[in-house]
Amino acid sequence: MSNTDIIIHDEKDNVGVVVIEKITPEQDCNCWIMENDKSDLIQSKDEIPLGHKIAMADLNEGDTILKYGHDIGKVVKNIKKGEHVHVHNVKTKKW
Amino acid sequence: MEIPKSFLGYKRENGRAGTRNHVIILPVDDISNACAEAVANNIKGTIALPHSYGRLQFGADLELHFRTMIGTGKNPNVAAVIVVGIEPKWTKRIVDAIASTGKPVEGFSIEGVGDIDTIAKVSKKAQEFSMWASEKQREECPMSDLWISVKCGESDTTSGLASNPTVGNLMDKLEPLGVHLCFGETSELTGAETVCEKRGKTPEAQAKFKKTWNDYNDFILKEATDDLSESQPTAGNIAGGLTTIEEKAFGNFQKIGGCQFIDVLEPAEEPTKGAGLYFMDTSSAAAECVTLQAAGGFNIHLFPTGQGNIIGNPIEPVIKLTANPLTAKNMSEHIDVDVSKILSREMNLSQAGDELIKSTIRVANGRLTCAESLGHKEFVMTKLYRSA
Repeated sequence: MSNTDIIIHDEKDNVGVVVIEKITPEQDCNCWIMENDKSDLIQSKDEIPLGHKIAMADLNEGDTILKYGHDIGKVVKNIKKGEHVHVHNVKTKKW
Repeated sequence: MEIPKSFLGYKRENGRAGTRNHVIILPVDDISNACAEAVANNIKGTIALPHSYGRLQFGADLELHFRTMIGTGKNPNVAAVIVVGIEPKWTKRIVDAIASTGKPVEGFSIEGVGDIDTIAKVSKKAQEFSMWASEKQREECPMSDLWISVKCGESDTTSGLASNPTVGNLMDKLEPLGVHLCFGETSELTGAETVCEKRGKTPEAQAKFKKTWNDYNDFILKEATDDLSESQPTAGNIAGGLTTIEEKAFGNFQKIGGCQFIDVLEPAEEPTKGAGLYFMDTSSAAAECVTLQAAGGFNIHLFPTGQGNIIGNPIEPVIKLTANPLTAKNMSEHIDVDVSKILSREMNLSQAGDELIKSTIRVANGRLTCAESLGHKEFVMTKLYRSA
């Protein structure tokens, strides 16, 4: 088993969580999908610290972010696959 | 792992069992704190529970105050109680309710006597209670005597990935043994509220949850001056990678595993529908939530953290676990159980759940938690609105 750099909760999710201290731009990352125990690969575009999210697909403004297989917010600025996903490009749908 | 069938606890007069054997000096109101603290300083083996309220409250807010005071005194982790208030009437109300458990309890009021003579009288009674309680021995108790509350804090994405699911794994394994379980944090289920509602075991439980969450949300919409993005998620949550309240909520929700809740409790309300999981309507502020759960009768608490919350409670031991390897390393004096190996996949969820069960039993048997050894005893009353 190769080291896991990113964990994805659910097969449907379009974001994964970095579980090593950080990933650097253009790093080839091993992903593990918890729900079905499958693996995936992704190349990062940004430096992303432990616990922060990476986009697993290109996402456009207005798209829904899925994590745990559920809606956790909306994209407010286009995001490319491999980029950092956080408060600068995603907002709550509540309040 | 075979799950242990028993732990060593203190059997109480009303049939409950405690994981601790505290003698508490409970002030009814803010101005009685000085007396309570002086007594606890005089008499070893007692602790004072100072707090900020108890004067001129009314309506539901006053009822919550009484429920919290009374529930704290009734908690089986408490062997004996002294209640001190400025006036005799409210003091007596609390004393009488705690006395229904059969445990030793006595009340004193300060008005007309003054602090110094009250401290002397209370100290004499506190000495008697402390020496009496010191002879209590731990006995074998069934696992069903454990009432476990859970609440997470300073969460980050590692909470939802690993430490909260570890608590959920423990719940899945202990619920069949007849353990009482409790989760809360109404505000931090925002975004997951409809998924959570469906976990109600009965239509009544589901409807009660829906009303509780809607009432909370209406209150937020009425009082909020901004979009709450400064408070939910907190700056600590955001630093840890949590982006929205919805993401935080789904992470939070992992704590109940696959369990269904059988009832929705008012803040500090004692469950009455038998063993199983309960939802309590609480704030998501750590000390407020744990204080309410302890007042509901829960005798051991599990607290997953991501970025490193340090909370403790004076009567309910708080066990902290984290899956964040940096928190486990940099704040090790606060972390009872390190499950960060889940992230590196050197440990699976079931193994982590087993580790947490072992630690829970060790603490139930008397091992000090990190928070206890560091002197954390945050006792924080929830106040619903301003006083009269």
